[in-house]
Amino acid sequence: MNASVFGGLLAVLGREWKLALRHPSDTLAAVLFFVLVAALFPFGVGPAPETFSRLAPGALLAAALLAALLPLDRLFGAEAEDGSLDQLLLSGLPRGVLAAAKALGHWLTTGVPLIAATPIAAAMLNLPVEAWGVAMAALALATALLSLLGTLGAALTLGARRGGVLLPLLVLPLAIPAVIFGAAAIEAASAGLSAAPFLLLLGAGVSIAAPLAPLAAGAALQND
Amino acid sequence: MAAGQPILDVRELACIRGDREIFAGLSFTVPAGGALLLTGANGAGKSSLLRVIAGLPVPAAGGEVLLEGAPASTDPAGHALRLRYISSQDALKPALTVAENLAFYAALWGGQVTPALEALGLGALASLPGRVLSTGQRRRLALARLGLAPVRLWLLDEPSLGLDVASVARLGDLMARHRAGGGAILAATHLPLPLPDARELKL
Repeated sequence: MNASVFGGLLAVLGREWKLALRHPSDTLAAVLFFVLVAALFPFGVGPAPETFSRLAPGALLAAALLAALLPLDRLFGAEAEDGSLDQLLLSGLPRGVLAAAKALGHWLTTGVPLIAATPIAAAMLNLPVEAWGVAMAALALATALLSLLGTLGAALTLGARRGGVLLPLLVLPLAIPAVIFGAAAIEAASAGLSAAPFLLLLGAGVSIAAPLAPLAAGAALQND
Repeated sequence: MAAGQPILDVRELACIRGDREIFAGLSFTVPAGGALLLTGANGAGKSSLLRVIAGLPVPAAGGEVLLEGAPASTDPAGHALRLRYISSQDALKPALTVAENLAFYAALWGGQVTPALEALGLGALASLPGRVLSTGQRRRLALARLGLAPVRLWLLDEPSLGLDVASVARLGDLMARHRAGGGAILAATHLPLPLPDARELKL
């Protein structure tokens, strides 16, 4: 990657970051959604600790992925509405790099705050404190995978009618491995076992999606 | 670049939307220092033509666009860097200040923010957030992108829409300097533009 492409990537990232700071409502909405969904489960299943220990890992993952989906339909939608997308497409950045910058921006402004809020949600679900670290690591990888797949989904559904509904239908089935391995990692940690194999599998998923999803998203933007 | 070679060379360009042919078999050139005004009724395809030349996704297009002799299709990223496209949308982020809006594009393309703002009389507004700008001021901020790092071809879609007389004159100065430096301009408009000796293409 040459210097100007890297500089362009940083410029797009910096802009995403600034916009998220000026309009924190999107990020806040995702975090509150995550905490509230986690808080709903105890009401539904009752306060028995053993039920919680079965439920907590899956509930955490599902709540986080649903929360991370919330701002995705605006990822390219907001840019297309005000004409910025045309300028971004003419920025001289390869379109795959542009999509990678948007995916990274989504992860930094949505995934990272969700990771920071994980202890609150984990406490609501009575997850043992020893497993909180692994829960945060699992959510870090799972949200990264969702940001990548979600960017692809957002690029594909851009301009489609009811794109906001289509996007979760497209992305969530692809995110099933993130739920399986993420929940397994948290479950292993709360049982005192090693979570490393599951985290490594999640990491493998992220490292496959990291180059491929932005390339596909870039191609989708090209043929909008 | 060979002497006498046009900056923009468009050959047999076609654009089809749905099953309606918007234009077809369109060929023209714009030399260095030249300007071409696109006129025609609403829906005649002026904006589509500018988008095709810019290399933006358009439903269906055929033909060839050469910028300084290089075909647009072989190197889309390089093609994009040799032109500046001001669409009918201003592409501003209301949450960012006037200077920050332009600084983002300066980071991508190079060039100085302050002189580009001054050229359109926006210097005093630099620290205001984009959301408080009027329609004309927003348009001027979009046009300020033309004052960043120089490129050979400007594609302007209704550049003077909503501008007051003084701002149209500033735009005129900017366009005259661009042409004097060997640049070319392709502008779609319904309003009179300060473009002396411009040829006209009626779509």
